[in-house]
Amino acid sequence: MSLRIVVNPITCVAHGMCHELFPERIQLDEWGYPMIDPSPITPDIEEHARRAAAACPTLALVLIDEKA
Amino acid sequence: MEPKPHRGPSQLRPVRDGIHNNDEDAAVTGLSGTTSVVTPDPKSLPRLFPSGGMTSLTEHLAWYGPLPSRSSDLIRDVEAAGLRGRGGAGFPTAIKMAAVAGRRGRAVVVANGTEGEPASSKDKTLLGSAPHLVLDGATLAAEAVGARSIIVCVERTQVASLTILTRAIEDRKRAGLDRVEITIEGAPDRYVAGEESALVHWLNGGEAKPTFVPPRPFEKGVGGRPTLVDNVETLAHVGLIGRYGSSWFRSLGTAEDPGTTLLTLSGAVARPGVYEVPGGSSLVSVLEGAGAVTDSLQAVLIGGYFGTWLPRSQLQEVDLGATSLRGAGSSLGCGMVFALSTDACGLEESARVARWLAGENAGQCGPCVFGLDSLAATLEGMVVGGWDAHASSERVQSLLHQIAGRGACKHPDGAVRFVQSTLRVFAAEIARHAEHGRCGRSAGHLPTPTPGAWR
Repeated sequence: MSLRIVVNPITCVAHGMCHELFPERIQLDEWGYPMIDPSPITPDIEEHARRAAAACPTLALVLIDEKA
Repeated sequence: MEPKPHRGPSQLRPVRDGIHNNDEDAAVTGLSGTTSVVTPDPKSLPRLFPSGGMTSLTEHLAWYGPLPSRSSDLIRDVEAAGLRGRGGAGFPTAIKMAAVAGRRGRAVVVANGTEGEPASSKDKTLLGSAPHLVLDGATLAAEAVGARSIIVCVERTQVASLTILTRAIEDRKRAGLDRVEITIEGAPDRYVAGEESALVHWLNGGEAKPTFVPPRPFEKGVGGRPTLVDNVETLAHVGLIGRYGSSWFRSLGTAEDPGTTLLTLSGAVARPGVYEVPGGSSLVSVLEGAGAVTDSLQAVLIGGYFGTWLPRSQLQEVDLGATSLRGAGSSLGCGMVFALSTDACGLEESARVARWLAGENAGQCGPCVFGLDSLAATLEGMVVGGWDAHASSERVQSLLHQIAGRGACKHPDGAVRFVQSTLRVFAAEIARHAEHGRCGRSAGHLPTPTPGAWR
């Protein structure tokens, strides 16, 4: 299994929580919207990814479990 | 072969190529006298404009012959014909049809006649001239994908098209040719409203704004049904393929770009208008066919406001085939071709388009809302000059990086492609503006219409 992050750009309103909780793969653009680094999410940072998705106030950040 | 111009119904000139005499009386006589209709010469142009003006049902049937009965082979024929969508994205039509046909449940066909591209009028011209060919294609497509209803969408501001379609549908009913129910919807007049997820969202009662797909329309579209959204020109070609087959279709154009395609030529050409040309035609021959003097052109914009500028130095080497255009970083898109003369300012023209594209964002995705506005402002600053040319180019690159691929639809990506080509093609112009400010050459040749409502 591997994790992939998808942002729904319509529901995202740039709270920026995802970057706070998962800076390893999520940077913010100059307006505060998340830019996702597509590098694989290694097991050591999986928990950060899950926390970021759970914390998104608009549920715009979605984690997709993909079969490797 | 010199392309034939079509400038809207009232200015259309009869076309006299082909085995059919296109004289109206002769066509009508042909129908009343005998039902045997000869297959049109596959090599003759135009294919999509049988008469000089609006083609009545009688003329239509006399010219093309009766619509064949429902065929289980249609999708296979469309695949063999190599037909690609003519709305802009160029997706293979048969794959789209097969995807809808393969879903459970009763499907819906949407004939997309919205043409928000400001300098494109081929869909309006086609609907005004050959509405029955579009409706034929929609009917065949509906039967092939298992749909019992067709919705034709045209901007509600296009009163002439709406009137002609209403009349065409009534005439078909009266003649007993209404095999599938057809309704018309007057759609909002916005650039992104014709994007298929936006159109479906609006047909379902929402605003005409793109949605975050999936589900895509073929999975869950109008009323939750599998929905085939095809451009009206695409459907007109389906109407021909269904009648005469894939070999007939392929006898014009190239192996890679089979059939004919509609172009809207405007700008520095003596005879602007809609032209039907074989796929893969040479760009220079098309421009010169419309009366452009290639040496007096500065650049050509291909594919609409999501398209790309090509400099004059590249015109000779490019044809309108997908591979050739891709090699030049371009694509034909909706077939819009605009010629910019040497006495116009390419940078200011591009800044105007960038500003218009910014105003046409749907207000949904942050990077598009803020990014396109910043992008337009930066280009406007470059027009005025007094900036460090290097710094402003870096600023644009930084914006492009932050905008590309970050919308629910392809609107931001189209703007990025357009601006990238602006930087490439007008680099010398940009450097001159940075040093000397405005160049004094004209701008305002590309239309930037006032946006309509979202519903």
